[in-house]
Amino acid sequence: METRHIGRAVTRNEDARLLAGRALFVDDVELPGMLHAAFLRSPHAHAEIRSVDVAAARARPGVVAVVTAEDLGAYWKPGPLLVPPPPIPGVVFRQRCQVPLARGVVRHVGEPVAMVVAESRYIAEDALADIVVDYAPLPAVGDLEAALAPGAPRVHADLPDNIAAEVRQAKGDYAAARARAAHLVRRRFRYDRGASIPMETRGIVAAWDAKADRLTVWDTTQAPVVIRNGLAAMLGLAESQVRVVAPFIGGGFGPKIMMFYPEEMLVPWAALRLGRPVKWIEDRLEHFFATTHERGQIHEAELALDAEGRILGVRDEFLMDTGAYDPYGLTVPLNSQCTLLNCYDIPAYESRFRAVFTNRTLVSPYRGAGRQHGIFVIERLLDAAARELGLDRVEIRRRNLIPPDRFPYRNEIIYQDFAPLTYDSGDYAALLDKALAAIRYERFLSEEQPRARAEGRHLGLGIVCYVEGTGIGPYEGAKVRVQPSGKVTLATGIGTQGQGHFTVLAQVVAEQLGVDVRDVEVTTGDTDQFDWGVGTFASRGAVVAGAATHEAAAAVRAKVLKAAAEHFECAEADLVLADGKVSIAGVPERAITLGELARLANPLRGAVKPGTEPGLEATRYFGPEMGATAAGVHAMVIEVDAETLRPTIHRYVVVHDCGTVLNPLILAGQIQGGVAQGIGNAFFERLVWSEDGQLLNASLADYLLPTSLDVPRMELHHTVTPSPLNPLGTKGAGEAGAIPVGALFAQAIEDALDLPSRGIEIAEIPLSPSRLWEIVHGGG
Amino acid sequence: MKPAPFEWHAPDSVEAALALKAAHGDDARFLAGGQSLVPAMNFRIAQPAVLVDLNRAPGLGTIAQDAEGALRIGAMARNARIERDATARGSHPILAEALHEVAHPQIRNRGTLGGNLAHADPASEMPAVMLALGARFLLRSLRGAREVPAEEFFLGPLATALGPDEMLAEIRLPPLPPRTGTAFLEVARRRGDYAMMGVAAVVTLDADGRCTHARIACCSAGPTPMAAPLAAAALEGSRLEEADIAGAAALVRQEVDPMGSVHASPAYQRHLAGVVAARALRLAKARAA
Amino acid sequence: MSARVAVTVSVNGTTHRREVEPRLLLSDFLRHELGLTGTHVGCEHGVCGACTIRLDGAPVRSCLMFAVQADGHAIATVEGLAPAPGRLSVLQEAFRDAHALQCGYCTPGILMTVSAFLEETPDPTEEEVRHALSGNLCRCTGYQHIVDAVLLAARRLREG
Ligand SMILES: Cc1cc2nc3c(=O)[nH]c(=O)nc-3n(C[C@H](O)[C@H](O)[C@H](O)COP(=O)(O)OP(=O)(O)OC[C@H]3O[C@@H](n4cnc5c(N)ncnc54)[C@H](O)[C@@H]3O)c2cc1C
Ligand code: FES
Ligand code: FES
Repeated sequence: METRHIGRAVTRNEDARLLAGRALFVDDVELPGMLHAAFLRSPHAHAEIRSVDVAAARARPGVVAVVTAEDLGAYWKPGPLLVPPPPIPGVVFRQRCQVPLARGVVRHVGEPVAMVVAESRYIAEDALADIVVDYAPLPAVGDLEAALAPGAPRVHADLPDNIAAEVRQAKGDYAAARARAAHLVRRRFRYDRGASIPMETRGIVAAWDAKADRLTVWDTTQAPVVIRNGLAAMLGLAESQVRVVAPFIGGGFGPKIMMFYPEEMLVPWAALRLGRPVKWIEDRLEHFFATTHERGQIHEAELALDAEGRILGVRDEFLMDTGAYDPYGLTVPLNSQCTLLNCYDIPAYESRFRAVFTNRTLVSPYRGAGRQHGIFVIERLLDAAARELGLDRVEIRRRNLIPPDRFPYRNEIIYQDFAPLTYDSGDYAALLDKALAAIRYERFLSEEQPRARAEGRHLGLGIVCYVEGTGIGPYEGAKVRVQPSGKVTLATGIGTQGQGHFTVLAQVVAEQLGVDVRDVEVTTGDTDQFDWGVGTFASRGAVVAGAATHEAAAAVRAKVLKAAAEHFECAEADLVLADGKVSIAGVPERAITLGELARLANPLRGAVKPGTEPGLEATRYFGPEMGATAAGVHAMVIEVDAETLRPTIHRYVVVHDCGTVLNPLILAGQIQGGVAQGIGNAFFERLVWSEDGQLLNASLADYLLPTSLDVPRMELHHTVTPSPLNPLGTKGAGEAGAIPVGALFAQAIEDALDLPSRGIEIAEIPLSPSRLWEIVHGGG
Repeated sequence: MKPAPFEWHAPDSVEAALALKAAHGDDARFLAGGQSLVPAMNFRIAQPAVLVDLNRAPGLGTIAQDAEGALRIGAMARNARIERDATARGSHPILAEALHEVAHPQIRNRGTLGGNLAHADPASEMPAVMLALGARFLLRSLRGAREVPAEEFFLGPLATALGPDEMLAEIRLPPLPPRTGTAFLEVARRRGDYAMMGVAAVVTLDADGRCTHARIACCSAGPTPMAAPLAAAALEGSRLEEADIAGAAALVRQEVDPMGSVHASPAYQRHLAGVVAARALRLAKARAA
Repeated sequence: MSARVAVTVSVNGTTHRREVEPRLLLSDFLRHELGLTGTHVGCEHGVCGACTIRLDGAPVRSCLMFAVQADGHAIATVEGLAPAPGRLSVLQEAFRDAHALQCGYCTPGILMTVSAFLEETPDPTEEEVRHALSGNLCRCTGYQHIVDAVLLAARRLREG
């Protein structure tokens, strides 16, 4: 396809505003008479609330309201279930959703117990200290396996145990595969909790306009339309009475989509009740307890192979920590379950997971969203199998890749979007070959590593494959309109948190309408501009909203050509649409600008002909029948200081296939950012809990995000197998960078320190020098 | 994360600052660079009723060599300035070497050496450096002034010999003898983090390469900065050969008493103490020669 | 509660006078008293660097100072970087050209850190740039494009 804008490394439309410090973030909203909220949060992981005394707080000068569960009346009810359980036979799902303010019992540290609204945030925090809560601590559930032991304390006393969900899925006949196997590899793996930690915490400003009878809410959400609809329902307002704006958002990565965070229910309620605007900005300390986490899983997995190292089947059984409530349903464990199959032709699969309630912060998807666990398990199993069978780690992977002629490849089990897991297109061997060349695999093994070893240096290589189900439904929409100024506006319902939608979607519009990318003004996340949509998650923004944008822009293009043909009394085929105007082919002086056409299409006199609409505008929706599957290979060379166990990454290679590339510059940024988070997850970031459920490192000084010195320069390569599932051929790329990094670190560090020769394997993430030292010295 | 209210004073002389501290005692805290105190106040871990801001009191920020060749550093000298100060770099290069590991440039632009030492975080680099250099601290109050050696100043985590009315006014570092090499090395999770283990080493050699004097001190190694006198004593008289260094490193491992953290187990820290001590000693030896 | 204190500061060349509570953080003062919301707040404990401003030229954390301490000092914030409204400085342009920002939340603090760094180190190596950036966290970019942008800006500034 010959393109003008799609595929170009266009710099971003949104940057000038951001660079000048003029972009509006939620905390930048200042309104006259605005009040400030702060939340009293549980200091206990699990406790009975005997009483809450707010009298002193209410009496403090500057305090306007103090709200407890009792004060909420009928407004107090558990939040809705965001994602219902999938239609899988035999699925068990126990819905226990979070409540706006705890009543009777608190189930995790940081659960809100009371809200203070005051003239300033400073005063609101002063008043928190005035509130007296009588807690009777209860035993807390932390460890996943202990949570399932008979007699374990229960997170929800009305349930018989701590099981939140149980799902079995199977493909083929694993028992038969196992019986035929020449070789079995069985391992146990552990992944620990981490957090997404966007640089901007969450925040909400709500303002009730009594004259217009309208509520406006600025929210750091990734799903403004869904929040608007839910808020309207909860507050008893018409949807048209509520406007939710997700302005510039300082990073999301998943946890900024929830329905609802307690504060998201309470701040608008307070604004309505008090008749004054109310702002709540989560502080970093709150963020560690109040914004969702992810990652805690324990797997017991078995790989059955034939004598040549071909996979006959996999069985996996895992526990997943869902935290104290489960409003986000089963997205994360389903992703783990499905992604474990990776890019391999696996004829038989048997998987069971149980989601477990714990007295910890809630779990919801965070970039990768369970996929890295699946990848970690299968890639680690293959590494072990290669060793045991005496095969090269690349060779065992190559033997099992799904060949290019097998697409669409059906995995038979159900994915997070409830559609059967099907890979739309791909060429996995091409990815692997490119990665091997880029990391100089053969030379590393034959020269670099032996030379380093001879010098007493510990160099290791990692190479790992992954897939990523992206761009899932149900749908997104887009409205494109040519303005009389000649500029084009585009509105969609997704929120944007830095993914470059203002530019990428503008490119898609510009492609169709022949205008400058800078002349396309994109609005995302304002329900007054567009109020149908689902949200930005699962690497779907650019794919699904991009496809809707493409269709809407194509429809406007048709209108433009039709109007111009009428204007010039010529055939549409004779028209050229470029540089913001329509001209007659070969007669460039006979031209009309898009702006003029837009004015003509909206006349003030005469009649708009029956069967036509005024203006040059179109709205289209796109709903893919299933997700598009991106894939890739990461490889790295690492050096480990054998005394301190500190690694240094020497080379990092990413080869990635996300179908048609809309903007390579922005894609590179997405991948690099994903890898950085993957590195954090693999080696720096770990939430550490005490026995009684206290989080011990709730600060950025102790929860370690990688810095500019911890993330290496990355070398990016692409292959392109367009997706047949959408008109642009795109697949999502938002999460890919983060998915394989844990498996990559494990393999590379094992290799560097030659651990397997000493009978040591790495079976857990995150690692740290201290933990590695324990593993190497048998404290494993 | 907003601080609780407090009464703020920014006296324009050291005497006025001392008078305020004497008047308010433990209810008042000096505010130096604020890089430890303000975060603690934002978390409301610290809620001082009175802040005595030293930033307007003149005379506390000088860096100069005295007649005996000792380096005198005013408590309010900013870390970034000490790091760049030609006199300090010349007389005690280990200061800049260690300060480079203390947080980030933006923090060092505000943070002061006095504040860092008075804060007495056992994970902090500079207290260990002070032990290794045999520093003496000048403490002042309205009652007068006294000099306290570094080893008597640090009493426990965030605990010092400072009385409720006392200010750490000046840090005095004796000159380093000829043929003295110093080194500070640490292992931290990331640049700028408090170390999981850090070692300051000072060795002095005689004309034929024999060690006449050694001092070793570690951070993140116990409730206070931890000196390793046995290891240092073992090195004296030796030629700092690999075997000597290995022996000393083994003693350092025994002399430290690491408490562990979310980043490192005590066993790993103890292991690191030996590793880092050996590396620091090798470097110090090379620099002494 | 303690009495309000008068503060006079120059921010980006403009003098402001306010009466504030001593406990008001400088970051809150800039953002909510002066309406200069370009300076961001990501942690309020000195780690993330989003709030970095320049105080008498030196980059410092505005979340670790009280506004009253800035009395009589000159402050520079991201709003003062551009040479004129609607234009960008060489550094800002390099950030756009190299795609050095995604959500843009960390960006103002990084720009303030780097603007000082490039004055001191006009011809930096990649290693030096990475060191200079290490006190500013970015969760989106993986830093590579930020490093590229700083090197690009340095080159353009040197070449005039
Ligand atoms: C992100 C970050 C990372 C950091 N990393 C490190 C690190 O790796 N290593 C490290 O060592 N430090 C680190 N620090 C702390 C930093 O070095 C502080 O600057 C230092 O510990 C305190 O110095 P200050 O001048 O800021 O003191 P302040 O914070 O002002 O004061 C600290 C304490 O000392 C008292 N005090 C201050 N001056 C005096 C005085 N003259 N007499 C008596 N009492 C006084 C105060 O009342 C207060 O109790 C870090 C800080 C931050 C924010
Ligand atoms: S907000 Fe100041 S450093 Fe994070
Ligand atoms: S661009 Fe989002 S934190 Fe840096």
